[in-house]
Amino acid sequence: MIAIINTGCANINSVRFAFERLGVTPEIISNPEQLKGFDRAILPGVGHANVAMKRLVDQGWKEAIAQYEKPLMGICLGMQLLCDYSEEGQINGLGMINGPVTQLRTGDLTSPHMGWNTIQIVGQHPLTRNIDLNDQVYFVHSFAHAVNETTLAQCIYGQPFSAIVAKDNYAGMQFHPEKSAKVGAKLLNNFMQWQV
Amino acid sequence: MLSKRIIPCLDVKDGQVVKGVKFKQHEVVGDIIELAKLYSEHGADELVFYEISASVEKRLLDLNWVRDIARNIDIPFCVAGGIKSVEDAAKVLEQGADKISINSPAIARPELIKELHDEFGKQCVVVGVDSFYDEQTGEYLVYQFTGDPNAASQTRYKTQEWISKVQALGAGEIVLNCMNQDGVRKGYDIKQLKEMRALCDIPLIASGGAGKVEDFSEVFTDANVDGALAASVFHKQVIQIPTLKQYLANNKVATRLCS
Repeated sequence: MIAIINTGCANINSVRFAFERLGVTPEIISNPEQLKGFDRAILPGVGHANVAMKRLVDQGWKEAIAQYEKPLMGICLGMQLLCDYSEEGQINGLGMINGPVTQLRTGDLTSPHMGWNTIQIVGQHPLTRNIDLNDQVYFVHSFAHAVNETTLAQCIYGQPFSAIVAKDNYAGMQFHPEKSAKVGAKLLNNFMQWQV
Repeated sequence: MLSKRIIPCLDVKDGQVVKGVKFKQHEVVGDIIELAKLYSEHGADELVFYEISASVEKRLLDLNWVRDIARNIDIPFCVAGGIKSVEDAAKVLEQGADKISINSPAIARPELIKELHDEFGKQCVVVGVDSFYDEQTGEYLVYQFTGDPNAASQTRYKTQEWISKVQALGAGEIVLNCMNQDGVRKGYDIKQLKEMRALCDIPLIASGGAGKVEDFSEVFTDANVDGALAASVFHKQVIQIPTLKQYLANNKVATRLCS
C-alpha cells in the first residue's frame, strides 16, 4: 500500500491519478500516525517552502517522516523539503537529503524553469532504471538542490542541479513524474519496485 | 536543453471542443477527453482548455470535465474560463489542473493576478492577452470578451503596457493571442511577438496563425517564444504532432520527440 501525504497543499489529485493510471490505488493520509502502516509514501508539494514546512512541523509530520524506514519520495517542493535547508524563506528542511536548496541562477533564460528538459543519469540506482539519454521530464520550479553525492540524475538550466536524489530510504524528484508522460510513468514504476 | 513547447488549444463549449475563425462561427470538433488523450499520446507538451462562453456568461467554467482530463492525461494542462477569484482558481486547481489562465477578469481587476500569485505561486498563473493590431494607428490594443463576437470590445490598454503590468503583478506566463491572425493559418505574427518578447522575462507563448510546420520553426527561431499554441491545424489534422516535432528537431529547434 502506498500513501500520499496530504498537508493541505494542492496537487494531491494529480499524483493520485498518475498512480491510478498505473493500476495502483494510493491512500491519501492526513494524520502522521497513519504513515508507518504503509509500504511506501509520496510527499507532494507545490507553493512556498516556508508555508509547506510550517505545515509539516505543525501537523507532526517531521518526526513521522524521520522515523519512517520504507521508501519515501518527495516530488518538486516535497523533494526540497527533504533536504537540509531552503533558501526560499531561509528555513531548515527535514534533513533527510544532504545539501541545500538555492535559487536557480538562470542568467538570460526565462524564469521559472518551466517545461520539458532532458536529464542525465549520474548514479546507478533502482529509481533510474531504463531511463535513456534523451528522455525528458516536466519541470516547474525556481529553486533547486545543488548537485552532490546524493544526486542520481542532473539537469542543466542556467546551472546544473539535481533532478533526482536519493539517500537511504528517502528520494526526491525535482520535476513532476505524474505529468511527464511515459518517462514519468516509468519513474513512478521504478519507485514502486524500489526495495530498501 | 529546455524544449520549445507545442501546445494544442481546445476551445470548450457545452462539453465539446469547438473551433471558430477569428473567434467567430464556432463549429464542433469533437469530444474533450478523446481529443485530449489523442494529443497527449501524439506528443503534445501541454494542453490548454478554454471554456469560451464562461467569461461572457459571467460564470465559472464547468469543473466536471477538468477532473476527467486530469484522470486521463499524463501531461500538464492549463484551464481558462471565467476564473475571477482565488476561490474559483482553487476549485479548478483542486480538480488536477496545473495552471489557470485568466484574461477578461484580469482586465476588470488587475489585482487578481497578484492575489493568485500570492496564493498559488507564480508557476500556475497564466495571463491570456488578446491583442489586436490597429492598422490605422499602428498600435497593438488589448481586447476582452473575445469568446463572443457581440461582447468583444477594446480595453483601455495597449498591449505593451498590459504585458509589463501583468508581469509586475506576478504572472508566471503570458499567452499572446494575435487576433488578426487567429484561425486564418497564415503564420504567427513574428513582428508583434518579437516586440513583446523583448518586454517579457517570463515564458511567452505565441498564439494565432499557425498553418504549416514552417510557421512553428519560424516563431521559435525568430521570435524566441517558449511555446507555440495552435488549434485548427491540429483539429483539422493539417499538421500531425509527431511530424511537426521531427521537423523542428531537423531544424535544430530544441524539442521533445516521443517514441
